Amino acid sequence: METRHIDVDILVIGGGTAGPLAAIKAKQKAPQLKVLLLDKANVKRAGAIAEGMDSVNNAIIPGHATPEQYVKEITVANDGIVNQAAINAYAVRSHDMIRELDGWGVKFEKDETGDYAVKKVHHLGAYVLPMPEGYDIKKHVFKQIRKAGVEVSNRLVTTRLLVGEDGPSQRIAGAMALDSRSGGFVVIRAKAVVLCTGAAGRLGLPSSGYLFGTYENPTNAGDGYSMAYHAGAELSGLECFQINPLIKDYNGPACAYVTGPFGGYTVNAKGERFIKSDYWSGQMMLEFWRELEGGNGPVFLKLDHLAEETVTKIENVLHVTERPTRGLFHEGRGVDYRRDLVEMHISEIGLCGGHSASGVWVDEHARTTVPGLYAAGDLCNVAHNYMLGAFVFGKIAGEDAVDFIAGKDFAAFDAGEVEAERERVFAPLLRAEGLPPTQVEYKLRRMVNDYLQPPKVTAKMEIGRKRFAEIREDIGRLKANNPHELMRAIEVQAILDCAEMAAAASLYRTESRWGLYHYRTDHEERNDRDWFVFVEVRKGADGRPECFKRPVPPYLYPIADDERDAYDRLRVTAPLAA
Amino acid sequence: MTAPNPSAIAQQSAVTVIVDEGKCIADKGCRICVDVCPTDILVIDLGNGKVRMAYDECWYCLPCQHDCPTQAIRVEIPYLLR
Ligand SMILES: Cc1cc2nc3c(=O)[nH]c(=O)nc-3n(C[C@H](O)[C@H](O)[C@H](O)COP(=O)(O)OP(=O)(O)OC[C@H]3O[C@@H](n4cnc5c(N)ncnc54)[C@H](O)[C@@H]3O)c2cc1C
Ligand code: SF4
Ligand code: SF4
Repeated sequence: METRHIDVDILVIGGGTAGPLAAIKAKQKAPQLKVLLLDKANVKRAGAIAEGMDSVNNAIIPGHATPEQYVKEITVANDGIVNQAAINAYAVRSHDMIRELDGWGVKFEKDETGDYAVKKVHHLGAYVLPMPEGYDIKKHVFKQIRKAGVEVSNRLVTTRLLVGEDGPSQRIAGAMALDSRSGGFVVIRAKAVVLCTGAAGRLGLPSSGYLFGTYENPTNAGDGYSMAYHAGAELSGLECFQINPLIKDYNGPACAYVTGPFGGYTVNAKGERFIKSDYWSGQMMLEFWRELEGGNGPVFLKLDHLAEETVTKIENVLHVTERPTRGLFHEGRGVDYRRDLVEMHISEIGLCGGHSASGVWVDEHARTTVPGLYAAGDLCNVAHNYMLGAFVFGKIAGEDAVDFIAGKDFAAFDAGEVEAERERVFAPLLRAEGLPPTQVEYKLRRMVNDYLQPPKVTAKMEIGRKRFAEIREDIGRLKANNPHELMRAIEVQAILDCAEMAAAASLYRTESRWGLYHYRTDHEERNDRDWFVFVEVRKGADGRPECFKRPVPPYLYPIADDERDAYDRLRVTAPLAA
Repeated sequence: MTAPNPSAIAQQSAVTVIVDEGKCIADKGCRICVDVCPTDILVIDLGNGKVRMAYDECWYCLPCQHDCPTQAIRVEIPYLLR
């Protein structure tokens, strides 16, 4: 196991969506800098957008929506706990980013006049921009990575960040990685690091029992959450889980954002509509859960009333882009949208800034609380940011990092830290025998389901913490037979960190908020007097998650009293005819 | 790399990434599917020089199938989900 050393000015970790933009924008701003983009997979086809995307979920296009409207809608959808400055930083750049991607060759739907064909899916405003031909977005982005002269390195699993001394304070110094093909160890020194490793998508276990049957791209195991935590960064909103309404068993989106504008909607077993908006929010998921559990389930996506040509159009999106095996799955079950309803269910839990609000704390410059460390995309806590927010925050981070490193050299770090990490990483390979990583992962994620899946119950979460502590003992017995299994062994450790942080944050916030995302049966009410704050997690002096409150910064756009609870009125009161 | 783990037994799963050995040109140097697979589960079989699925960790996402120059790959939905 040899150790390779690399020196770069700016290191971008994760080459999915946010990462490429961070690297491209840093390089465009300062072409003389050495910018390295690395990924656990292969950048060409890495991340959530590898097979394209059905739509931009949050386009703010003049004539259709304003940044103010959008920021207010997300504030209300997220029950007030947002940093409006960060959401606004996205909103004011949204239109320019769409135009830039358009210039790169990415196709967005337009009307006869050439204007972007924005649709209304959210509860209040219109922000969804369909991408019926969005399947090759990653190819266009990859071309720009090449064109900008960004260096790319694949199959490097980053395991920990390096933090160094900078006078009396601390600053980012680089990262360490495992080469999952050769089994080599890599130490990278960098003056700034942009973390773009996506959601913690392998936290709960899908009800299929299949470890890799996740909503998120399963390469996103939560490594970034764990790395930021061990580097001393502050994480935010980890009790605001990501839970999605998905095609049952397939566990991918159906997707109401695509079908809604065509006239599709969600119904219960009686064929009745029960929610006014299919936009994914905790409040919507709570109504969905109540319907499933309250005797009106199962819940379905209804398309069988649509005209033949409309259904064909829907199939040409859902079976071609984003998750193109949706068609194959329906075929196997004999489901045809023309005559059959699509059975839906509630996903396992995950952590994700881009879909809910659980991530590494960043300000409007994408800066974490560790100087020189940035976070962008699903990993950062900018609520409901989705794909376009990942692109925009990647850009913000890459450009700010260029300014940050001006006049700086590498921060000095402790060589002992590298040695300790090398030992931790390779221990499962060197051990003669022990527990297979996939089996430990299965048990851990099943415990996450049993004890953390909402509704959250205090006594259950406390038992969950005990089970997690027992599994932590098992980490010392993991056995990997080759570098691939070693990658899985490292991931299990990150998943365990995420489970413990999610439990700590969930127990700390003694109220209910965000609909199903943080529904606590023993604290059923929302309590703004004590809990109108962010709950933050960082690594405590004892090496365990420590929780504290962070005030919500003053709003840029105040919310009136009658606007505040709009997302609490999602349930259809008088049943609408199907 | 190391001796197999004596304290574990192999788990069996159905192969769901189907490779047509007649079409696969891995023996002529092609590595496209091996490169693009996000979960890194495709390997070259040392016996016949063709690609095969080595781990039950498929996300049924399709880059392998879409990028294969000879249409040698067919991805099925993993059995537990069907
Ligand atoms: C199925 C699905 C459908 C979606 N549909 C839509 C939609 O229609 N519209 C919309 O706007 N948004 C949609 N989203 C959300 C959107 O895709 C994401 O918010 C966005 O792409 C996230 O970008 P990211 O860069 O944070 O993560 P990703 O693009 O997933 O990139 C993360 C990268 O980090 C790499 N990585 C992870 N760990 C490590 C490590 N330890 N070392 C090195 N590399 C690592 C991964 O390999 C991956 O390439 C969807 C998401 C999914 C999963
Ligand atoms: S891409 Fe196709 S031809 Fe190339 S190695 Fe894979 S299966 Fe064989
Ligand atoms: S479908 Fe996706 S995960 Fe499965 S083998 Fe192909 S590229 Fe890999």
